[in-house]
Amino acid sequence: MIDVVKSLLRRPDAGSILSLVGVVLFFVLFGGANLVTLVGAASWVNFAANLGIVAIPVGLLMIAGELDISIGALIPAGSMTTAILTGYYGLPITVGIAGALAVGIAVGLVNGLLTIRTSVPSLIITLATLVAMQGVVLSASVLLTGSASVALTAPDWAKFLFGQLIGGSHQVIIVWWLAFAAIIGFVLHKTRYGNWLFAMGGDKVSARNAGIPTDRMTIALFVLSAVSATFVGICQAILFNSAQVSGGMNFIFNAIVSVVVGGVLLTGGFGSVLGIFVGTITFAIVSQGIYFTQIDRNWSNLIIGVMLLLAVLMNQSFRDLALYFRPRHKQGPPREPANP
Amino acid sequence: MNDKPTILELRNVNKSFGPIDVLHDISLRVRAGEVLCLLGDNGAGKSTLIKTLAGVHKPTSGQILMDSQPVTFTGPSDAQGRGIATVHQFGGTFPLMSIGRSFFVGVEPTKGWGPFKIYDRKRANEIAVKAVRDFGITRIDDGDRLVGGLSGGERQSLAIARAVYFGARVLILDEPTAALGVKQASHVLRIVNEAKRRGLAVVFITHQVMHAMAVGDHFAVLIRGAIAADFRKGEKSREEITDLMAGGETMSDLEVQVEGYMETHEGHPPSLQVLKGPTAH
Repeated sequence: MIDVVKSLLRRPDAGSILSLVGVVLFFVLFGGANLVTLVGAASWVNFAANLGIVAIPVGLLMIAGELDISIGALIPAGSMTTAILTGYYGLPITVGIAGALAVGIAVGLVNGLLTIRTSVPSLIITLATLVAMQGVVLSASVLLTGSASVALTAPDWAKFLFGQLIGGSHQVIIVWWLAFAAIIGFVLHKTRYGNWLFAMGGDKVSARNAGIPTDRMTIALFVLSAVSATFVGICQAILFNSAQVSGGMNFIFNAIVSVVVGGVLLTGGFGSVLGIFVGTITFAIVSQGIYFTQIDRNWSNLIIGVMLLLAVLMNQSFRDLALYFRPRHKQGPPREPANP
Repeated sequence: MNDKPTILELRNVNKSFGPIDVLHDISLRVRAGEVLCLLGDNGAGKSTLIKTLAGVHKPTSGQILMDSQPVTFTGPSDAQGRGIATVHQFGGTFPLMSIGRSFFVGVEPTKGWGPFKIYDRKRANEIAVKAVRDFGITRIDDGDRLVGGLSGGERQSLAIARAVYFGARVLILDEPTAALGVKQASHVLRIVNEAKRRGLAVVFITHQVMHAMAVGDHFAVLIRGAIAADFRKGEKSREEITDLMAGGETMSDLEVQVEGYMETHEGHPPSLQVLKGPTAH
């Protein structure tokens, strides 16, 4: 039993699972929240799904030793592109979606190429593209439509796929999130590409020397995160039948907090998709679930701050546990006593 | 003893970076089943020399021969493909990866087909653990352990075992014992001997003369980019080698000089300038 617990604690996601349990317990015991109502509520699940689709590629980049904050501008960029093309110019929704995804691919390529061609940290590069894209989205919107907010109507099939409310409350993006997490989880932990990512985050030069196409991987990761952000924007535009140039900035810090609570090492080389997934849920429950408690909503950021610190400290000690773990010999091979 | 086949040879190799000449007329042979110890102080050109051997740098002039055929390495991966492996001071460079995963970085064994090809963790772990254990590191028995949790000597051993497993013929060890304690270092030296026994050509870079003498068959001392001495095992004593590395000046001479200076300067030790004169470094 103790061995089972210990082997669970060595996982990169241990800290996030404990954080989740801790937060839920805190809300139930001290906030007077009803566990059943809390779990059944749609608000935090919707929040988590929108955040989670961005948090997963941000987490992958962090595992590979990079950071992408331009997602904050790409969410409104995605929704505005869809709305302008479809709502304002009356083009088919497929063109709107394709246009938005193309914007994501383009910005992702710029981020990736600049990161591999220069020695500038990707935090700074994506900060630049973040600010630049905000400007582009705002001026393009005002220039083309004369407004900072555009309405659109999506056909039924697009509503069904991207903007449906399942059971009248749960956004269909939850399904996308689950599928995305499952696919990326498989790729990261079960295929060789996942191994390449961990190696890149561990030591980029050695990874390149070992024959890993680090440049192509880096570009692909930036494209993935940019496209994911525009995808969230597309879904929001179709769901709400309109798009605004503002918004999305919260996603930057929310995603990073979710990823770090999820046990991803800020400097790269360690983490898991399950951890990011649970970290996102934890974050969503703190920021949305607080409405189901008697705790004043204004305290939620304090809770998030404390939780972040606790989670990082926990992750640190669990990582050491993993690092210095040695299995006990059952009967096994002969040991040399003199070996250091 | 000299009848062992030469795998890698440098002939009159010069290397300059712009106006700065780093290597002068280096000629060296690396033989199968022999350990060539490359000795030299910091800045003597050791790392430039091994980077030239490993294909990172191209010689400005001179020839590199592999199996008696002139070769030009297009880059480090070309040299690696021809069986020249470099193991750096800290060995395992992915501390948070498991032994099995880091062993197979870039060449992961997979099972399954098409998009469902999955990393074969069990096989990777088995092969990696066996490869290290064959080198006598019996304490490594679980491929899921993280590399960062291994001792420095174990990490070096893992890196060497990895290079050998992937078909290295020439093993370049860049100061493998520099950061290790006495016990750990002796461990690595044992692995070097084992690699030699298996017929690999080993280039062992160090400035610890004791370690060099424990495994070396052939020694080359580099001073300011030139080979100052080239001799075989048993031809020189430890003191002679240390003196050579220090730049020809004998250690005892230095000691006498220091003492004399302190006597006339109220016990203050001399600056380097006073000791050696204005030498260019």
